[in-house]
Order: sequence, then C-alpha cells, then structure tokens
Amino acid sequence: MEATIALLLNFAIPTVIVAAIFIALLLFVLPREVRTIFKREVKSYFNSPIAYVCVFIFLVISNGITFWFGGLLESGEASLYISYFQYLPWYFVVVAPAVGMRLWSEEQRLGTMELMLTMPIAPWHAIVGKYLAASVVIFAMLVLSFPIVWVINYLGNPDNGVIMAGFVASFLTALCFLAVTSVVSAFTRSQIVALLISIGLCLLLWLGGLQPVSQAVASLKGGWLFVWPFLKFINIIGIIPHFSELAKGVLGLRDIIFFLSFIAFCLFSTAVVLRVKRA
Amino acid sequence: MIEVKNLSKHFGEKVAVDNISFTVEKGEVLGFLGPNGAGKSTTMRMVTGYLPPSAGDISVGGADILDEEIAAKSKIGYLPENAPLYSDMTVEDFLRFCAEMRRVPTDQIEDAVNKAIDTCFLQRVRHQSVDTLSKGFRHRTCLAQSIIHDPEVLILDEPTDGLDPNQKHEVRNLIKRMGETKAIIFSTHILEEVEASCSRAIIIDRGKIIADGTPDQLKKKARNAGAIFLRAGGLASTGIRQELEKLPEVQSVNVLESGDNSIVARVIPNKGKDKELPEAIFQLAVTKGLKVHELRVEEGRLDELFREITRPDTED
Repeated sequence: MEATIALLLNFAIPTVIVAAIFIALLLFVLPREVRTIFKREVKSYFNSPIAYVCVFIFLVISNGITFWFGGLLESGEASLYISYFQYLPWYFVVVAPAVGMRLWSEEQRLGTMELMLTMPIAPWHAIVGKYLAASVVIFAMLVLSFPIVWVINYLGNPDNGVIMAGFVASFLTALCFLAVTSVVSAFTRSQIVALLISIGLCLLLWLGGLQPVSQAVASLKGGWLFVWPFLKFINIIGIIPHFSELAKGVLGLRDIIFFLSFIAFCLFSTAVVLRVKRA
Repeated sequence: MIEVKNLSKHFGEKVAVDNISFTVEKGEVLGFLGPNGAGKSTTMRMVTGYLPPSAGDISVGGADILDEEIAAKSKIGYLPENAPLYSDMTVEDFLRFCAEMRRVPTDQIEDAVNKAIDTCFLQRVRHQSVDTLSKGFRHRTCLAQSIIHDPEVLILDEPTDGLDPNQKHEVRNLIKRMGETKAIIFSTHILEEVEASCSRAIIIDRGKIIADGTPDQLKKKARNAGAIFLRAGGLASTGIRQELEKLPEVQSVNVLESGDNSIVARVIPNKGKDKELPEAIFQLAVTKGLKVHELRVEEGRLDELFREITRPDTED
C-alpha cells in the first residue's frame, strides 16, 4: 500500500505539474484564439473514433511487445529501457502521423481552411492550437501506459526517475513526429497521402541517427555525390542519439533544445507551406 | 468601406484577375456578375485576405488587408463558395466557435448565436450535427457564421446557391435589409437577384470589369432597350412593314411573326428618336388604318446585356 502511494507520488505529481503548466500556458500565456481552436480540435478528436483507435492500438502494441517479445519478465532487470522505451518511438513513427494526418488536410478537404484563414487571427494561432490538441492525444497515450510502471515496481525496485525520463523522451520524440506530420498535412487534402508520407519521413528521421548511418557518413565522407550530403543531413537531424540519452536518464539541455527547436521549425514550416500554397 | 485599386492575380501563366478597381460604400449592395471562371471568387478571396494579390491594393474600413491584416479581417463577414463547415459539430457549437473566433465578447456570445439562428431560420436544426444537414440548411448555417459578429462588411460568394425558391427569396430580402447599414458584395449568376437586391452591379469577364452601374443603367445598355414591341393588324403584313420602315424615326424593323393581316415586330428607333416613335406609330393608325393590338416600350434586360458582352467559354 505504502509502495503504491509512493509510486503515485513519484509519477502523478510530475504528470499533474506538466498538465498544469500546459493548462496555464493555454489560459494565461497563449491568446484566446489559440484556446478556442484548441478546444474545438480536442472535442473533434474525442468525438470521432480516431483518438480512441490510436490510443487503443498504441496501448495494445506497446504493452504486448514489451511482455511477449521484449522479455520484460524474463530479463530480471528492474528497468524499462531495454524492453519498453527503446521500442516506443517505432510505434510513434506510425501512431503520431495517424493522429496528426487530419490536422491540415481535413481543413483543406472540407474547405474550412478558407473560413479559418479569413478570421481575424494570425495563422500561427491556428497552427499552434491544432498542434497542441493533437499532442493531448499523445499525452493521453503515455498517461494510460501507466500500468507498466506499476508492474515493474511490483516486481522489483527500479529507478523511477529514469523511467520518468523515458516517458519525457518518448513524449518529445512523438511530438517531433507530430510536427513533421503537421507540415506534410499542410501539403495535401488527402489524409491517406499525409499519413503515408509522414510515416516515411518520421522513419527517416528516426533511423537517421542510427550507428550504421553514422558509420556510413564517416567512411563515405565526400564520395557518392548526392548520397553523402543526404546521409549527412539525416544523420545530423536523426533523433535516436537525443532520444537514447534522455531516455537513459541523462537530462541534457542540448537534447531538450534539439527537440524543442525541431518542433518550432516544423510548425514554422507549416505556416510557410500554408502561405505558399495560397499564393 | 471597401476600396480595391488595380487589383491583379496571376496563377502561374494564367491571369485570373486583371487590374480591376472598385469601391463599395456603407449602405451599398454590390452585385458581382460574370460567367463561371470569370474571376469573381478569386477577387472575393483576395478582398477577404485569403489569397494574397499579385498586384494592387485592398483596404477594408480604412485598414489595408496586407499591412493591417487582423484589423481588416475583423471588419469582414465572409461566406465562401460552397459554404464549408466543420462536419463534426452541431449548428449551435459551430456558431459559438465562430463567434469566439470573431472576437464577440464572451458575455454576448449566446445572444449573437441566438440572433444569427433566428435571422437565418435555423431554429429547427440548432442541435443537429452539421453533416446531417440538407444543402439549404448548410448554406444558411454558413451564412449565419458570416453575420454573427455583425460585421460592417459582408462578402458573400453565391449566397443563394442550392436554395429553394422560397429560401432564395428570404436570403435576397435579408441581403437587401442588411445592405442598408453595411457594405455588401455578393456574387451570383442569377440575374434577377441583381435586380432584386443590388444597388449597383459589376459584370466581370476573364478577370476584367466590363460593365459597372446600377441595374437600371445596365439594362439600358442592352441592345433592345428602347425598342418597341408591336402587335398590329388591319393591313397586309408586308404593307405594315413598309409603312413602318418609311417612318423617319425608325432604324429597322425585325418581324418576329407575320400572318396574312397581322404582324408581330420589334421596331428599333433611330438614335435619340425613341421618345417620338410611339406617337409616330399611332399616327399611322389614324392615317393608314393600322389596328394596334399591343404596343410596349422594351426596358432592356440584364440577361441580354450579359449575353452580349460576356463571351461564352467555348469561344477562345
């Protein structure tokens, strides 16, 4: 009993703090227009099956793989990185685009973009409001993953600080994928096209930081005219190194800044795409 | 209220709007006429700030649409073509959302929503989800969002499209009524609508303004304006024709129908003689025994003018 309460305090308090910061940001920092769009989008997510389907699929896959293939129970280790967190971004490569594919493509398909962008708001109000609403769905997924934390605490005595860091790293990675999806969805009125292209880009972004890519970059250096700059580029923006540092509990400012600036860049690009598409 | 100067829009090679200028004052309803693809919607999209112009200036209520974007946009109510709506909301929620976005003060939102619902006759569907609405209701819901913040400027792209005749009538009256206190632009290709609710009309073809005036002024430009429609008998039809052609006031006679002893014709007067022509024809009746069954001065019709000055799509 005492252990459960301690566990709750360990996780519930940071989670509530994150949620509170988020709500305060919405209520007191961001303009009313962002709030209005955010409210509408959240309602729209949870009024349609899409949010539930995404959350459900994510939970089934993430838990299933951890227990059946990840060898959580057999490993005898009281940590979640090997069996759980290192796989999470793989699911988000698919799930984040599924959540975000409708962000701007739906708006274009319905023609409501014309309404939205002729209202007395700045485009970034709409982009940020919509993005925050989609990030709530991702947040819900991670909050609902809590049982796995309970299981590992029941079985052993893990470092819960590292587990929290794993969640933070996964959340930031998912937010990057969501931001990429936001840009892609601004290009097309078809949600399916947005989904497929976003999955492809997120996969590149995820794999770009892998060891083999880094090695290839080092050994090819300058050769293969077009391939090398491309490899170099995806290697630089590859997420894996930043993710694994954070998820192992090393809270580096460099990695946090990488994630936040990457998201900001994508949201800015969304605005550029929306502008160029109209001109 | 609305000032458009030397406005142009290119899409790649294609010129959609070509150097047009016009103004609309408060209390004016401007009808935008033109064939499909003439540039009506593109112009409206630029005035509302959706599309950036390739060249030219637009100001709404003194605010430039590019430099003071938000100030200009907050003065406008806009009904886009095809009346787009968020299909996952109810009518009421949608209007509440739009009111909030349009910066209606929080404590006045409910009143604004109720008023818009009453004005656009949406009481019956206010709790219904948008994707279950019929076309007429969808259109009126979108119209309701355009007037929810009581804007000074209204821009309506085909506001009566898809409505039944009763609804069309209602919307026209609504536009006319609102036009007393606002500056309104609306586009249509139904010509009777222009006569019913516009104080001024502009005809656009291939991106250029080709006619601009009150509906009456425009009608006078039609070829048959001032011609006399005549149904007469009493003489052989060829005789009637000859007698008419002898009159100095007559430029030409178009015979529309002729029987043995009767004729139906359109008599075109010489320039400046349209006032004298009816009298001259009655004089014929006295001197030659012409029996006039029907005689009226044709007013000229907008659709004739429209057909005369706009080129059909097939011709290029």
